[in-house]
Amino acid sequence: MWSQRFHEELPERGAGPEIGDYAGLPVNDAARLRADSWDAAKWTIPERQCEPHPADYAPRGPANLRIGNTVDPISQDVVSWDITVMWSLTHRAIYMDGRPHPSQYAQHSWQGFSTGEWDGDMLKVTTTHLKEAWVRRNGLPRSDRATIVEYWIRNEDYLTLVTIVIDPVYLTEPFVRTSDWVLDPGVQLSPFSCIPAVEIERPRGAVPHHLPGTNTFLTEYATRHGLPQSAARGGAATMYPDYLPELRRDIEALR
Amino acid sequence: MIRARVSLVLALNAALAAATSMAAEDELEVLPVQGNVYMIAGAGGNTTVQIGPEAVVVVDTKTAAVADRLIAAIRKLSSKPIRHIVVTSADADHTGGNERVSSAGTYVRLLDTFDPRGANKNASIIAHVNVLQRMSAPSGTKAPTPAGAWPSDTYFTNDWALFVNDEAIELVHIPAAHTDGDTMAFFRRSDVISTGDIFSTTGYPRFDPEHGGSVAGILDGLNRILEIAIPGENQTGGTAIIPGHGRISDETEVANYRDMVTIVRDRVAALIKAGKTLEQVQSARPSSDYDGIYAGLGGPTPTEFVAAIYRDLKGTKQ
Repeated sequence: MWSQRFHEELPERGAGPEIGDYAGLPVNDAARLRADSWDAAKWTIPERQCEPHPADYAPRGPANLRIGNTVDPISQDVVSWDITVMWSLTHRAIYMDGRPHPSQYAQHSWQGFSTGEWDGDMLKVTTTHLKEAWVRRNGLPRSDRATIVEYWIRNEDYLTLVTIVIDPVYLTEPFVRTSDWVLDPGVQLSPFSCIPAVEIERPRGAVPHHLPGTNTFLTEYATRHGLPQSAARGGAATMYPDYLPELRRDIEALR
Repeated sequence: MIRARVSLVLALNAALAAATSMAAEDELEVLPVQGNVYMIAGAGGNTTVQIGPEAVVVVDTKTAAVADRLIAAIRKLSSKPIRHIVVTSADADHTGGNERVSSAGTYVRLLDTFDPRGANKNASIIAHVNVLQRMSAPSGTKAPTPAGAWPSDTYFTNDWALFVNDEAIELVHIPAAHTDGDTMAFFRRSDVISTGDIFSTTGYPRFDPEHGGSVAGILDGLNRILEIAIPGENQTGGTAIIPGHGRISDETEVANYRDMVTIVRDRVAALIKAGKTLEQVQSARPSSDYDGIYAGLGGPTPTEFVAAIYRDLKGTKQ
């Protein structure tokens, strides 16, 4: 059992990131348009209410972990590392037996299909067959074409996960995040059951979204924090230290 | 430099994946779905196969070129007679194997003297009556498809049903969607919906007013699927969906597709309301945030998809 430590994850918790905050993320114009069109009321639609976090975002959610394994009953070789995450009790199997990834016609899932191999003391995991999901909970998408590469690293009682998202549809560069846990044998995972229901009466097939140019919430984040709007729009350039002089110049210009 | 290398690797990976995918598309691949239902993918539209102690039910028969391979794949699943073929639309990539698959099957008949099917012992081909209209032609004119491929049993209401292999199969007609003759098949015990081309994971929907299709009908069909489908615990699993093209799905993929069609339609409608011409609407690229998912895999191009919505909403033909 592993207890989550919120460090860089904290902005993703509670109400989550602010609308229009794409800063420091390697998103492209297609991702920006998806996020600009996103309406938080989406989560009230019955088909959306019980969606769990996907494998690449689950570490940012309430994410105490249970990690076990399945072994071959004869050889005792590890067939899979099995990970259950607290939020939505999502279950992942990371197959270690060399099986291939499924065909292009196989069903995708929230956790995808994962295979692992040891790279020194690190467990390297490659995941495909993911459902479309999100990079952040403010509408920034991650497509179903994405591949995730992870490194699970244990140092005594500390566990670090490096998650690298490679998405040819919505990201221009691999997106790297890390998450941390502490060994905690006393942690329990609570039951988690979600049954969708109609919460707001709407016309059949209604889909909450903003038409281009009509989302008045998009500028609030940059305005509230005294940032230039261009910084809030993100993009790979905003990830690197080279961007700081430009950012400082633009902030000065705002004053 | 590192960024340039990463971009090059991504580009090479994408090119390799595309080449592998194209090579694999002509291969037939059998995948278990759930319950008694299987999907045979590749070479045309998806084929759905239900097996059991009585017979085999087939939904869609791909292209004529792969009919023998399709029959061989079905035979690996079951040696029982192919009794019914359900056709989701008149499209050639869904009906091309009708004649061969039907003649490889056997229909349980009344006495010859009473059976309205005459001497035809082949598996029945079931479709909405508008599919028969599209595949046949009035006497004295040349039909677009051979008579052996035509539906032998048609319905004209909004639904029909079969009971085969201890399972109820609901046939749901969606008027004016992909075409005017669309049928979806819902296998109730297996909890699988075979949607035909109302839903795809590999392309934008194709709807042509000249074949009786409409964007409103596509959305009606997608919303109908969402009404029938029930997700599993925490939106995982539950009703399985077999699209006309692409991979096995569930309610979430259909909701994603419904959302995409709705949002692009609303954007096009707003541009029409602002007085934009078709060219101006296309230049605005109202589907650009979805093109990376749905364009370039054999369906309509973004330009074609946007034009189809525009013409449909404006009530104009190409």
